[in-house]
Amino acid sequence: MTILNDPVPAKLGNRQQLSYIASQAADARLNVELETEGMTLNIGPQHPATHGTLRIIARLDGEQVVWAEPSCGYMHRGYEKLTEVRTFPQVTSLVNRIDWLGSFANEVPFILAAEKLMNVEAPPRAQWIRTILFELSRIANVSLFLGDLGVQMGAITPVFLAFRDREYVLNLIESATGGRFHPNFDRIGGLKDDLPAGWIDETKVVMKKLRNFCDEIETLLFGNEIFQSRTRGIGVIPRDVALQYGLSGANLRASGVDWDLRRDQTIPLAYDKVDFKVWTHPDGDSFARCWIRLQETREATKIVDQLLDGIPSGPVMAKVPKIIKVPEGEAWVSTENPLGEMGYYVVSRGDLGPFRVKIRSASFNNISITPWLLRGVYVPDIITILASLYFILGDIDR
Amino acid sequence: MNSLLSVVIPYWGQSLLRVLGGLVAVLLPAGTIVYVFLFKMMSFMQSRLGPMEAGPQGSLQLFAEVGKWLQKEDIQPTNADKPVFKMAPIIVLMSTFLLVVVVPFGPDAWFTNLETGIFYALAVSSISVLGILMAGWSSANKYSLLGGLRAAGQLIAYELPMVLAVMGVVIQAGTMNLQQIVVAQNAGSMFGINTFGNPYVITQFVGFFVFMIAIQAELTQAPFDMPIAESELVSGYMTEYSGFRFLIFFIGEFATAGVFAMIASTLFLGGWGVPFSWFGWTSMDSVSNWMNIVGPLIVFTKMMVLTFLIMWVRFTYPRFREDQLQRFAWKVLIPVSLVNIMLTAVLKVMF
Repeated sequence: MTILNDPVPAKLGNRQQLSYIASQAADARLNVELETEGMTLNIGPQHPATHGTLRIIARLDGEQVVWAEPSCGYMHRGYEKLTEVRTFPQVTSLVNRIDWLGSFANEVPFILAAEKLMNVEAPPRAQWIRTILFELSRIANVSLFLGDLGVQMGAITPVFLAFRDREYVLNLIESATGGRFHPNFDRIGGLKDDLPAGWIDETKVVMKKLRNFCDEIETLLFGNEIFQSRTRGIGVIPRDVALQYGLSGANLRASGVDWDLRRDQTIPLAYDKVDFKVWTHPDGDSFARCWIRLQETREATKIVDQLLDGIPSGPVMAKVPKIIKVPEGEAWVSTENPLGEMGYYVVSRGDLGPFRVKIRSASFNNISITPWLLRGVYVPDIITILASLYFILGDIDR
Repeated sequence: MNSLLSVVIPYWGQSLLRVLGGLVAVLLPAGTIVYVFLFKMMSFMQSRLGPMEAGPQGSLQLFAEVGKWLQKEDIQPTNADKPVFKMAPIIVLMSTFLLVVVVPFGPDAWFTNLETGIFYALAVSSISVLGILMAGWSSANKYSLLGGLRAAGQLIAYELPMVLAVMGVVIQAGTMNLQQIVVAQNAGSMFGINTFGNPYVITQFVGFFVFMIAIQAELTQAPFDMPIAESELVSGYMTEYSGFRFLIFFIGEFATAGVFAMIASTLFLGGWGVPFSWFGWTSMDSVSNWMNIVGPLIVFTKMMVLTFLIMWVRFTYPRFREDQLQRFAWKVLIPVSLVNIMLTAVLKVMF
């Protein structure tokens, strides 16, 4: 791929302007007879820091990045197109492979969109269990982020602690749904099954363990001087830039925007029944993003605890026909997924399957800020910034 | 090494002993460190078991690994500068062998007894920089190049605090000979009490800390492992190496850790000796011959304690950024060790 000349935006911030001049200077240097070339470094597609196949093309001046651009699509699986040749119930098995670490959360917005079109609503118990599993998949996802953060910075121990405690959550998801990574448990009108016996007590024990894990990570990693010097003031995203690039989730909240779809919209999930805090951080740097995610994991364990206490009884499946035909119409439902806002725009022509599905996944938008964010940083900071932005390749490429 | 346990050894015997001793002194610590710390201690810290299948508690895993590396294809990148590429790992390991020859293991168990032993050790330890630079440059890989350059910058920056930390010991002992430094520590006394000798880790604790930090950086272990940095530079200068050459780098890494720990234990923990007052020895000449056998074990034990510290830090901390590391060397370690030298000199004159 050739390096594209990046167009100059009309209004550049001071920092951006400086780095733009620097990149021009690096270009000019290429043409001087005495060649001290800038170097183009391909980070990826096969690179441990991108945990998948993201490619970042970075032009370096020494160790400083003058220009960087993500190049995605190496893992494009065409889920939007594939949904068109599936029936509605079959789609969940596709979409829970988008964000593979928090897979149950991918199914929920699609099912909600289909339910919206069919005008069915899941019975309360199903909604509560959905919310519990949603938060469990958030914990399974973000706890791995907290461990992986250390690995990206060279501390190899936290990730094993993360895997150790994530295992409990995966076991819970498995015992409830039958699948550890890809539950495929959500149905239009409710859930496949009820919870197994003893699951609620077990979950409470695990939530306590997860809170301990968060404390452990906080003392082990977040309190570390080196960690702080590597993340504080690095990769700062101001509030307005975050909004311009359409960031969502923890990345947006770390820039001081108080926005959480769990609280801000009314969808048939049980979030309005529980009391939780939406954390924001004024700094917008890498540390803020990591810290927000740590707090969110804690908050998620509390949400699960509250939901377990008040879970209503009743059926887990509404009355829906055996063969599901979704009436003609269009629906958009988005939820606050572990990585940010995830939404499905479903168009139905009254067939067995959707006519068209547009998936809005959080990581794709979150990664779009990297050309702006990576200018002028050092090579090691690329890794910490990418780690703190927290993307999952499946979620970028779909 | 002319006579061991009062047995006079002929020249060929001495040569054989030296060669075997050198191999043992480099490979045995390396293997032990890899098994005890890299395989087992790290696994314990990370709540997993580590290798368990090969041998009891996985103790033969290392042999399996070595066998695997020996079988692997020796890949050389097409654009690599082949002779330099081939030479680089050997030079890195060579500096380790050159280092171990000055470490004293007993009153007579030494390879060479240089008058300027520690000076020589610090000098040859920087040969490995050459090897790393060669590896980084000749691999024809941008990541390797970045890693090699980072390594060069880092190793040269940390040479200085290391030398300055050793200066304190040299001033206190009044000699650069490592054997004399050992004797000075074990025959000495602290505040008139000679029960524990005078290990310099107590009087030179600032120097000890600076030295340990500097060898952490010299070994490119976390938190100073940006030249390797597997999450960003994908193992840096080692990226393109496979098979036997990678094995040499691997041995070099851990053998150097062991040898540096031996030097640190000689400088600060009293080396092969036990406090001479325990057995009523007064000087080097009255030391029992049996110390030639016990001495290496004592050095080995002290080495394991110090490598434990190195590895503990390695498995715990995230890594610095390159500029932060340089700042740490020039703005913290060097001033601290200069103050340490000054204080040592003043106190030496006063007492």
